[in-house]
Amino acid sequence: MRLLGLKTFRHGVHPPESKDETSGLAIRQFPFAPLLVVPLVQHMGAPSIPVVEEGQEVARGQRIARPDGFMSVAMHAPASGTVRRIALAPSITGRMVPAVYLEPLPGSTQEVEDGTPCALDTATPEEILAAIQEAGIVGLGGAAFPTHAKLTIPEGKFVDTLIINGVECEPFLTTDHRVMLEQTEEIFMGIRYLLKLTKAERVIIGVEANKPDAAARLQNEFPSDIEGSVEVLRVKYPQGAEKVLFSALLGREVPSGKLPLDIHALCCNVATTAEIGRLLPRGRGIQERVITVTGPAVKRKGNYRIPIGTPLRFVLEHVGVEDDVNRVFLGGPMMGGAASSLDISITKGTSGVTAFTHGAAARTHSRVYPCIRCGYCVDACPIFLNPSALGRLAAKDELNAMVEEQNLMDCFECGCCSFVCPSHIPLVQQFRAAKTSVRKARAAS
Amino acid sequence: MTNAGKTLEIRTSPHILSGYSVDTIMFNVVLALLPVVAFSVFAFGLPALLTITVAVVSCVLTEDLLCRLRGEPTTVGDWSVTITGFLYGLTLPPALPLWMVAMGGVICVAMGKAMFGGLGFNTFNPALIGRAVLQAAFPVSMTTWIPGFMPDRFTSLPASTLTFPFAQPAVDAVTSATPLALWKFSHESTPTLDLALGTITGSAGETSGLLIVVGGLYLIARNMMNWRIPTAIIGAVVLLSGALHMVDPTQYASPGFMVFSGGLLLGAMFMATDPVGSPMTSLGCYLYGALIGAVTVVIRTWGGLPEGVMYAILLGNALTPHIDQWTRPTVYGSRKGKEVAT
Repeated sequence: MRLLGLKTFRHGVHPPESKDETSGLAIRQFPFAPLLVVPLVQHMGAPSIPVVEEGQEVARGQRIARPDGFMSVAMHAPASGTVRRIALAPSITGRMVPAVYLEPLPGSTQEVEDGTPCALDTATPEEILAAIQEAGIVGLGGAAFPTHAKLTIPEGKFVDTLIINGVECEPFLTTDHRVMLEQTEEIFMGIRYLLKLTKAERVIIGVEANKPDAAARLQNEFPSDIEGSVEVLRVKYPQGAEKVLFSALLGREVPSGKLPLDIHALCCNVATTAEIGRLLPRGRGIQERVITVTGPAVKRKGNYRIPIGTPLRFVLEHVGVEDDVNRVFLGGPMMGGAASSLDISITKGTSGVTAFTHGAAARTHSRVYPCIRCGYCVDACPIFLNPSALGRLAAKDELNAMVEEQNLMDCFECGCCSFVCPSHIPLVQQFRAAKTSVRKARAAS
Repeated sequence: MTNAGKTLEIRTSPHILSGYSVDTIMFNVVLALLPVVAFSVFAFGLPALLTITVAVVSCVLTEDLLCRLRGEPTTVGDWSVTITGFLYGLTLPPALPLWMVAMGGVICVAMGKAMFGGLGFNTFNPALIGRAVLQAAFPVSMTTWIPGFMPDRFTSLPASTLTFPFAQPAVDAVTSATPLALWKFSHESTPTLDLALGTITGSAGETSGLLIVVGGLYLIARNMMNWRIPTAIIGAVVLLSGALHMVDPTQYASPGFMVFSGGLLLGAMFMATDPVGSPMTSLGCYLYGALIGAVTVVIRTWGGLPEGVMYAILLGNALTPHIDQWTRPTVYGSRKGKEVAT
C-alpha cells in the first residue's frame, strides 16, 4: 500500500518516536565488566554445549560452545580471560539457564581471534549456512531466531525477494539506524552472502522515513553488482514486524500458520546482515553487539557496542541512572521485556536497554475502565484482529472461542491494542497469557 | 550502584500508552456539549435551564445510587452519565413537567444502562431509552413546544414546568409547532438559515445546528469521535432527501431542511456516535450511519411521526452487533488465494 508516495501497511499506531537523543550519537565501545556471564541459551532453540572447562584461559572471539543440533548456534568468548565457572545464571524470563562465567584478563590487549574465513567467491550455499551457524548469528532484531535455520530453504521452495529490515519502528531504539550509517559496507557484504545463499533475484532494503540519512547513505553507496533497491517507508509501528513488512513492501501476506518462504520471500534484520558481512570474511563469531541504552532514567544515553554477557547492572552503572528509576526493560517500550533482575546478561537478542523513571511510566498505572467498544484497537491491529472481542473473551477465560473464532494464535503481540486502549485494558498482556495456556494445553495433549 | 535496595517494577510490554482515557474522552464530550446547552438556555430561558439541570442531576444521582446499592465504587467520575444527562435533557421539550424529566432520567440510567451491565454493555443509547419511554408514556407533553426567544423567558416559567408529580399538565396558552411538524402537517417550510442558527422552536438542544457541528468537529479534531458515523448519516440524509426533493419539491422537504431540522444533527454527532452502541469496524460505521440516515428520512417522509431520529438510532444500536459481524475484516494471512500476489 502506498500513502503520500511512501509505502506502508494498513492500521498500526504512532507512538512518540523518542529517537532524537541517541540517533545522532556514533557507536561507542563499551568497557568490559569485571565478570561476564555468557548464557548458553541466547536464541530460540536448544542450549549450546560448552567446549571449554572451568579454569581454562580463552582468547576473545574463541569458540566456547558448539551448537547442539540444527536449532542452536555456537558461542564465542566476548573477552580474553579465564573461565571461572560453568553454572546456572538468571535470564530475562526469570528462569535459570546454563552460562559460562568469564573473567576478562586485566591488561590483555583484547585482540580478537580470527577463525577460518568463509570466502564469498568460493563458498557454496551450504558452507555459508554452516559459517553463519558457526559464527553464532541469530536475529539481532530481538527475536534471536537462529539465522541459519531461517535461511535454510527446503527442497521445492524458492525465494524471489530478500528483504533487509532497517525499519526499526520501536520507539527509543537507534541501533539499526547507527549500523546503517556506520556499517554500510558490511551490510552490502552481508547482502552478497545472503543473495548467494538464497538465490533471490533482488533485495529490498526497507527504511522508515525518520532515518533519511541512513536511507540516503544506503542509496548512494548501493553497489552496482547487487540487484535491488532501498525503499523508504512511512513511519508507523509495527512496520518492522516481518509479517507487516512483507505486506508493506511486497503486498504479500504470509498465510496463517505458514512461513515467509511460502510467499517466496525472506526477511533479515539489517544488523544481522551487517554481522554476516563483518564476521564471515574473517571467520569470527558474535562476541558483542550494538545496543541503544536510553530512556528518561538514563544519564549518558547512547549507542554502545556491548560485550555479550555484560551484566545489566554493569551497563546501568556505567551510563548512570536517575534515582527514581522504576522500570528497566530490554528492547523498546512497545515490545521490550521487563528485566526481572539486574543480574541478567546482555544477550545477542538485546537491541536496547531502556530505563524509565516513575514519572515516565505513570501513564501505565491508570485505572482500568470497562471496554466502551470505541474500536481504537480494531483500527490499530496490524493483522486485523478484533482485540476488543478477544479481550471480552479473555475476561471470561474462553480460550477456545479466542482461538477458533477470533484467531488468537495469529497475534504477534505488537501491543498496539494496549497502547491505544482508552480503558487501559491490558489486552496484549491477556493475549500473551492466553497463547501460553493454549500452547501448554496443545503440548500436553 | 546508587539505587541499591530499590525495587524495580515488572510489567509486560507495552510500557507506554497513547494517553487517551475513557474519562478524558467523556469529559471532552461534555465540554463539546456545553455551547449547545448554553444556546438552549439562551433561547428558551428558565424552562430549558431547569429541564437540563433536572435531567443531569437525576441521571447522575441514579447512577451513584445504583453503584452504592451494589456496594461498588461510584462510576460517576467517568463522566459518561453526565453525557447521558445532558443529551437526554437536550432532547426534551423545554417546558416538559420537571417530574417527568426526573422520572425519565431515572429510566435512562436504570433501564438504559445499569440493567444491561453499566458502561460498555448498554446496547442502546441510555438517553434515548429514557426519551423513548417518555414519548410512549406522555405523547402530548412530549410534543408540546414553547416558542423560543420569548421576552419573559428568564423571568417566568410556563405552567407546565412545575406540574405536580403524576398530574397531567394543563394545556399551555403559548405553544408553538416545530419546523418538522409544520412540514409534516401543513407542508410549511422553514428557512434553512433559521434552522442552522436555531432561531426556531424545538427540543432544548435540537435548535442550533451550527453549535452542534462545532462541538462535533472539536471532538473529531481531537480524535475522540468517529467521524465516519455523522458523515454517513448526513450523507445518507442528503442523498435520499435530495433525490426525493428533485422528484417533487412540494411533497418532499429539501436536504438542507432535513439535515438542520429536528434532532438529526444532535443525534448524528452526539448520540449515534456513542461508541458503546455503534460498530467498531470502519465499514460497519458507514453502514450503520447510512442506515440511521435512511430510516430517519423514511420515518419523517412516510411515517406517522414528524421526527424519526430517535427510533433510527435505536434501530442502529440494535443492529450494531450484527453489523460488526458482517463487516469483520479478513485476518492477515487468512485470505484465500491471496498468498502470492505477484
